[in-house]
Amino acid sequence: MGSLIFKEIELANFKRDVGVEKMILNLNVNGVSHEVDADPETPLLWVLREKLRLTGTKFGCGISQCGACSVHIDGQLKKSCSVNVATAVGRKIKTIEGLSADSTTAVQKAWVELTVPQCGYCQSGQIMAASALLDRSPNPSDSEIDSAMSGNLCRCGTYNSIRAGIHRAAEILKA
Amino acid sequence: MTHQDKKISRRFAMQCFAGVGGSFVLGFNLPVQAASYMPQPKVFADEINAFIEISTDNIVTIRVPHTEQGQGGMTSVCQLIAEELDVPWDNVRGVFADMNRQVNQDDDGDGKADLPFVSTFTAGSFLVRRQHPHLCAAGASARERLKQAAAEAWGVSRDTVTAKQGHLMSGSHMGSYGDFAVAAAGVTLAEEPKIKAYKDWWLMGTDVARMDVPEKVNGSAQYCIDVELDNMVYVAVKACPVPWGKLVSYDKTGVEARPGILGVVEFRATDGKRKVDHHQDAVAVVADSWYRAKTALDLITIKWDALEWGDVSDASYEAEARRLWDVEGELSVDELGDARAVIAGADSSKVVDGEYSRPFETHARMEPINATVWVQNGRVDIWSPMQNQATPITVVADELGMSTKTLHTNSVFLGGSFGGNGGGNTAVTRQAAAISKQFGRPAKVIWSREEDIAHDKQRPSHYIRLKASLGANGLPEAYVSNAVWFPYAAAARVGPANADATIKDMPYVIANRRHEKHDYDSHVPAATHRGPGVNANTFISEQFVDQMAIAGGWDPLDWRIEMSKDHKDSEPWQRVLKKVKEVCGFTTDLPKGTGMGLAMAKDHGTFAASVATVSVSKRGNLFVENISLVINAGYIINPRACIEQLNGAVHWETSHAITGGLQLKGGQFVNTNFDSYNLLRMKDSIPVDCHFANSEDQWWGGMGEPGGPPAPASIANAIYFATGKRVPSTPILSHDLSWS
Repeated sequence: MGSLIFKEIELANFKRDVGVEKMILNLNVNGVSHEVDADPETPLLWVLREKLRLTGTKFGCGISQCGACSVHIDGQLKKSCSVNVATAVGRKIKTIEGLSADSTTAVQKAWVELTVPQCGYCQSGQIMAASALLDRSPNPSDSEIDSAMSGNLCRCGTYNSIRAGIHRAAEILKA
Repeated sequence: MTHQDKKISRRFAMQCFAGVGGSFVLGFNLPVQAASYMPQPKVFADEINAFIEISTDNIVTIRVPHTEQGQGGMTSVCQLIAEELDVPWDNVRGVFADMNRQVNQDDDGDGKADLPFVSTFTAGSFLVRRQHPHLCAAGASARERLKQAAAEAWGVSRDTVTAKQGHLMSGSHMGSYGDFAVAAAGVTLAEEPKIKAYKDWWLMGTDVARMDVPEKVNGSAQYCIDVELDNMVYVAVKACPVPWGKLVSYDKTGVEARPGILGVVEFRATDGKRKVDHHQDAVAVVADSWYRAKTALDLITIKWDALEWGDVSDASYEAEARRLWDVEGELSVDELGDARAVIAGADSSKVVDGEYSRPFETHARMEPINATVWVQNGRVDIWSPMQNQATPITVVADELGMSTKTLHTNSVFLGGSFGGNGGGNTAVTRQAAAISKQFGRPAKVIWSREEDIAHDKQRPSHYIRLKASLGANGLPEAYVSNAVWFPYAAAARVGPANADATIKDMPYVIANRRHEKHDYDSHVPAATHRGPGVNANTFISEQFVDQMAIAGGWDPLDWRIEMSKDHKDSEPWQRVLKKVKEVCGFTTDLPKGTGMGLAMAKDHGTFAASVATVSVSKRGNLFVENISLVINAGYIINPRACIEQLNGAVHWETSHAITGGLQLKGGQFVNTNFDSYNLLRMKDSIPVDCHFANSEDQWWGGMGEPGGPPAPASIANAIYFATGKRVPSTPILSHDLSWS
């Protein structure tokens, strides 16, 4: 399946480069199917932001070091700056905008209750990482939080609030 | 929609949209919560003054002229005004104020801007402490004018009217603020009211949740980098890796033929224009997506000339600093006594000395440096993450040779700032303006993280030598410091930052003191950095305090109490140190491998002490177990937000002290992304507990910065007690902390 998609993409890309036709990729983002015209090697991050205008997913470093671009792909936490858009075809992509319609996931509620974000720029990524952690470990220990959240940088220094927020979200999930 | 979602007004989005009309086409991603008034009627009918509008349904819209960069500025402005206006907090909405109005409004026709928002500067922890008088006054004036309007309508004296929680009453007359807002806009008071005394506060001093938070948990919060406009071009830029170096040539063969590439542009520095926002030599690729622009830019071979800076490095600067330590420098403050002679005459066993340094550090705001400008006929729109949102108007007006009249800043959230007037106060805003003008389309310029770190305005490196001699009681009787730092001359000698900040100002009384400094003109653009000067130097000065105290047989806490007791800041410091004694459990009597350290610094008007507890393994692994802060800021208006800022400031400073450090080689910074410029992560986070010891005595300190500076020094002092080793420079983890 994967290699077939790639062959089709290579062909389409060749056609586009020689001016024959556009490169159309089908992406499932937040449960909605989108056709986008993009070079297949483009990082998913830029397609989300520029083509789909889902700007909650942020650019921070471009080399998978800061986590500001974190999304879920088939339920797994991924750094969208380092995922070629072609490899996301046929998969379920979830961004911060798709987490809930009304900011009512346990993590979002806890984040508001404890006013976790400061500048907020990294927080989409923090929330996606925290959500992925709670999906697999509903009551994480501090050391689980350390290892799950250390791929996400925060320059405002909200780490203690994030840690408290994850513990609070775990309580909300239990209730 | 929850109540919280409504805290930031969306009303103005509709006004913007209507005002701009057909030029904004479908798909325009409006920065709703933070839209400035685009072509606006200058005064709304229900505008009581520039800061306040009250609608007939009693929603109070407060125009915030300062940036919200995570410090809670929007909430603080609203809190200060709502306190005096006396309205239910739930009815308050914040919007960003119109900066075009600040720059251009001239109602009295005297040819000078009226500055309806007084100040639009957001830095130096100044917002609450410096702006509260006029912000509170705006609320108080509005309240009294509402009372006057009601009094006139009811035929009673204003003295009989009470204004409380949005309601006006006099005898049997009752009304809401909204009923009288339009009338109040026309009232002139014979005398403006005084602002409230601390004892009368009902909202200030209480925990208020920051109003920008709900937008920041669902991806809807808009930052400059998020503006997406139809027909926009995206721009990637590479400037000479050596700041102010020259572009010699570049080979763009094949690049312009790549899909989506619209052009290759070069920028050139102008002789004599060397401010941080001026152009440096650079090559830019303009494309239909940023990734295409960046990929193409990376394929261009560029030849640069580093000019005279090609051999400059941390090592060359250190050598220069060591040479300058022995060259008599400029006196930072008047000399007291004859410190050099006293030290020269002292027994060598009574002399304490230290040599310390800090490297260059960068802001690395999580939002990379970027700007968007849209130049149209008759109107220019700007999105630029500057800490003074009026500045992009003047910068772009200068770049385009235009009047400021038709220039508009669209204020949105800032993805961090931390000084240096933000990430737009670089050449990026000029670059966006020039490209939009050239291509006739909106232009978004994003600096890659590597470009951001290489060409940010950096915190300069410091190299400081200290020497003291002790008297018979073990306390210092003479102190000499020689400080050298490496700022870019035209930009850096501003504000509180200087070579020996906090050293020349130390709160200790020593009879003989001499402080010398050298400002070395570096080529590296420099700027403030969340606690400028004090942040770099407290690590140095407060380790030296411990050196002096220990050499003299004094406990570090008792030494600081004794040495500051006759200082002009004795009252606030004694209050802080007494609280340290009460709550921090400071002791030097811990088993080897563990230690507590104390440090203190005054920064931006606030007095802060930090007590760190660390453990260090025999192999030298450092674990910071806890930091306790004791803060005296005079007054605080939002304890919850203060604690958040203090936590943030501690992690900011300790990031740089423990793991950070830019590396300068060949005139350029070589560790320019987060794989090599290392910052604290969740696994390294430090528990922080905060205690307040506020004087509440007619002075106000800041809160965004002061929690940070003493933290690294307290860690270093704790490391000494754990290991017996001093930490002469940062990053701390570059040193061998092992012990046996």
